[in-house]
Amino acid sequence: MQVSINGKSHELAGADPDMPLLWALRDLVGLVGTKYGCGVAQCGACTVWLDDVPIRSCQMPLGAIKDRAVTTIEGLAGDTLHSVQEAWIAHDVAQCGYCQAGQIMSAAALLKSNPNPSSEAIEGAMAGNICRCGTYSRIVAAIQTASTRLQGLSFYEVGHDTTESQFDGKVSV
Amino acid sequence: MSTGAVHGLKRRDFIRYSSFGLALGSSGISVVATAKTSAPANLLNPYVVIHDDGRIVIAAPNPDVGQGVNTALPMIVAEELDADWKAVEVILAPIDANRFGAQFAGGSLSVRNRWNELRQMGAAAREMILRSAAQQWGVPRVELTTQPSMVLHPPSGRSASFAEFVAAATEQPVPADGEVVLKARSDYRLLGQRIVNAAASDIVRGRPIFGIDVSVPEMLYATYVKCPQIGGVPKTANLAEVKGLAGILDAFIIAGDAGPPSFDLSKSIHVAGGVAIVASNTWAAIKARRTLKVEWDISAASTDDSAAIEAKALKAAERATGEREVKNSGDPEAAFANAKRVLSSVYATDFISHAQLEPQSCVAHTTATAVEVWTSSQTPGYAQATLAKLFELPAEAITVHQVRGGGGFGRRLSNEYVREAAVISKHMGKPVKLQWMREDDMAFDFYRSPAYFGLQAALSESGELTGWRNHVVSVSSDGEEANYGAGYRGYNFPDDVVPNVHISQTMLASKTPTGAWRAPISNVYAFAEQSFLHELAEAAGQEHREFLMAALGEDKWFKPDDLASLNTVRAREVIAAVTRAAGWGRGLPEGRGLGLGFFFSHAGHVAEVAEVSVNADKQVTVHEVWVAADLGQIVNLSGAENQFQGSVVDGVSALADQRISIRSGALAQTNFHQYPLLRLPQSPKINVEFLASDYPPSGAGEPALPPVAPAICNAVYAACGERIRRLPISRAGFQVV
Repeated sequence: MQVSINGKSHELAGADPDMPLLWALRDLVGLVGTKYGCGVAQCGACTVWLDDVPIRSCQMPLGAIKDRAVTTIEGLAGDTLHSVQEAWIAHDVAQCGYCQAGQIMSAAALLKSNPNPSSEAIEGAMAGNICRCGTYSRIVAAIQTASTRLQGLSFYEVGHDTTESQFDGKVSV
Repeated sequence: MSTGAVHGLKRRDFIRYSSFGLALGSSGISVVATAKTSAPANLLNPYVVIHDDGRIVIAAPNPDVGQGVNTALPMIVAEELDADWKAVEVILAPIDANRFGAQFAGGSLSVRNRWNELRQMGAAAREMILRSAAQQWGVPRVELTTQPSMVLHPPSGRSASFAEFVAAATEQPVPADGEVVLKARSDYRLLGQRIVNAAASDIVRGRPIFGIDVSVPEMLYATYVKCPQIGGVPKTANLAEVKGLAGILDAFIIAGDAGPPSFDLSKSIHVAGGVAIVASNTWAAIKARRTLKVEWDISAASTDDSAAIEAKALKAAERATGEREVKNSGDPEAAFANAKRVLSSVYATDFISHAQLEPQSCVAHTTATAVEVWTSSQTPGYAQATLAKLFELPAEAITVHQVRGGGGFGRRLSNEYVREAAVISKHMGKPVKLQWMREDDMAFDFYRSPAYFGLQAALSESGELTGWRNHVVSVSSDGEEANYGAGYRGYNFPDDVVPNVHISQTMLASKTPTGAWRAPISNVYAFAEQSFLHELAEAAGQEHREFLMAALGEDKWFKPDDLASLNTVRAREVIAAVTRAAGWGRGLPEGRGLGLGFFFSHAGHVAEVAEVSVNADKQVTVHEVWVAADLGQIVNLSGAENQFQGSVVDGVSALADQRISIRSGALAQTNFHQYPLLRLPQSPKINVEFLASDYPPSGAGEPALPPVAPAICNAVYAACGERIRRLPISRAGFQVV
């Protein structure tokens, strides 16, 4: 079985077509940024993109992926971090960090389809991702910052209130 | 700043870090960071390595499960070292009590316990560098000073990087405690600033830093199926059928210990009986569970029924005195006899589960002579000790690597999953990653004990609180001694403030394992007491804030210099601050209300105000929460604030609709669809204010959690006139929207 992951084709010879993408990523491909939280599409820790649409990889059998392209947290950054990742650092969002790959994939997908989301749109897009540590207010702030940047405004024009002093705006991969 | 990847450490990295005393594991890998430099390393003390190229590596001693200590603790070292934080790399220290003392995550104690030690470590390393510089430059030591990562000689204007002197500095004798001068707070460059989590860079990239991400060569994947009725053990299973499934390498019964486990963290070597399924990947093991059929021996299993426990407890709590007296001060009999008014209320809380987002997992490699484990345990030292006992090996034969944990909240204090992994590995003769399913995690937790409070108060003619009775009803595995987190604990207030107090407890027999859940005991006491105090204020015809301020009594620090004792001056200051910030007393529309809660726990004085609205369908919207706290000096402002924001969310999450129910010794809830966690749209706006005080810092992980429930329930009362006396509030018909 061939699966395209982060722009690269992976041959998963003999893999069980029932195997959820989550476990294939983690155990067969070695991309463990995508996390197991509940296994029943309740928590969003396993969020990846299938052709740019955020999905719960714990519910996506390998056999159903076909020729759709998978993007994981490891594939989100290009030469530099994605604006959402930068904003996540700038706002010091994470506590334990376990849910954050899923949060970032949901947030980046939102901004891709809606670069300037309203508070309601943010709530709607992020409602499927649980943060057990409770970093929700920072998640919202980081999405707003990333939105502003994606619209071409300077990071420093945003006036966010956390951690600027530690962030040079040019975090490299 | 970064913490390094879990796997992929190459041998040369390893040798570089051998200065930290890391023994090469049997599997040939370790969990320390892959450093960003290959320059030679110079060890100044167990916490500080400075490379010849100027990079500074600081060891983070305690497990980080999201509470931020892998940032906060190295910051303390870096401050006194006067290190340029941008040049600092944090690594996870090896588990070694000889060099790093007690390495655990619990009680919000990491910062509080290590404050003096880590300041000293940073300052001593700086002093060794300065003495080397003095020798190298031929100038008196007293003429030297530092700027971040630089040595300065102001008389000559000369300056140079720490790196110039570190090789020679390692030859300097380690200064004694009295030989170094610690910085004055006014000279801090780092402490109190907003510093990004040291793991942030790895987290946003999805790098393998969590326990579940550990991978070692030849590792197999296991799942472990236990009896749903807690404490049952397997008799027989269709092992041959399971072994025939694709990807399955083995399936076998572990006889294990019959009966529920105890929360005896330092001693328990309990391994629950069960069936291990070992596979070539996690999914194959999970899928095989569908085929597995086990016949259980339930003769020693729990037969608990939470509804029956609750019925008994509620009945018992109707009495304001219980079976065992635990405190009797003043003359409560007289106080109640002479009271103008006596109020009685029963407050109730259910069993709840931790639901940390990363389900338990552990990689273990057990041989005849050694055990090596990689674990996100909050008590890696106990993991080591209990593995040694279980396998009858010397402590030196047990290597425990700490790995970042995806949430803790007390769930990772026990190490039963570590022992399970080690036992399965021994059977297989290979390294094994044991992965618990979410359903396992929920079914086999050490839950928060349910607690019931029969509260009674005496009010004088003038509305003064003159008498207090608290009958605590909770659970006990032997029917007598309270389980951990279940019994009475004195909090100074109200117990040591009110003149006439009687506290008693009644313990109901229960076999359901219970343990520490974030701010143990405090999280239920605060709800009951701070809600009841609001009831009393109203009965006394007094404004809540004024009543609470007065009830705190005279200005007093109960045990001067003991941060863990109440200081009523600090208490009143945080109440004043939070009510000021929230606009306490302002007019609100119909159906909207403000509520106040205060609690002192984990050496933190914390007051909170919640603003809620309640509609006719008893739907509660938590609009905004204000928090004011005195934690002493703040180490990492961003980290502490994050912990407090998270505590508010956690508090709302738990009070909304979280409860565990038990039928015939087994859990009724299996996953998040039956055990809801708060989601972003329900999350309130949160304002955190830390009062500037000069006290040494105390921990931020727990003390903001207890006041959340009373602040919200008091606000609900203000909004709609209905008093909530049980958690979760869904049991009183309310819903958080």
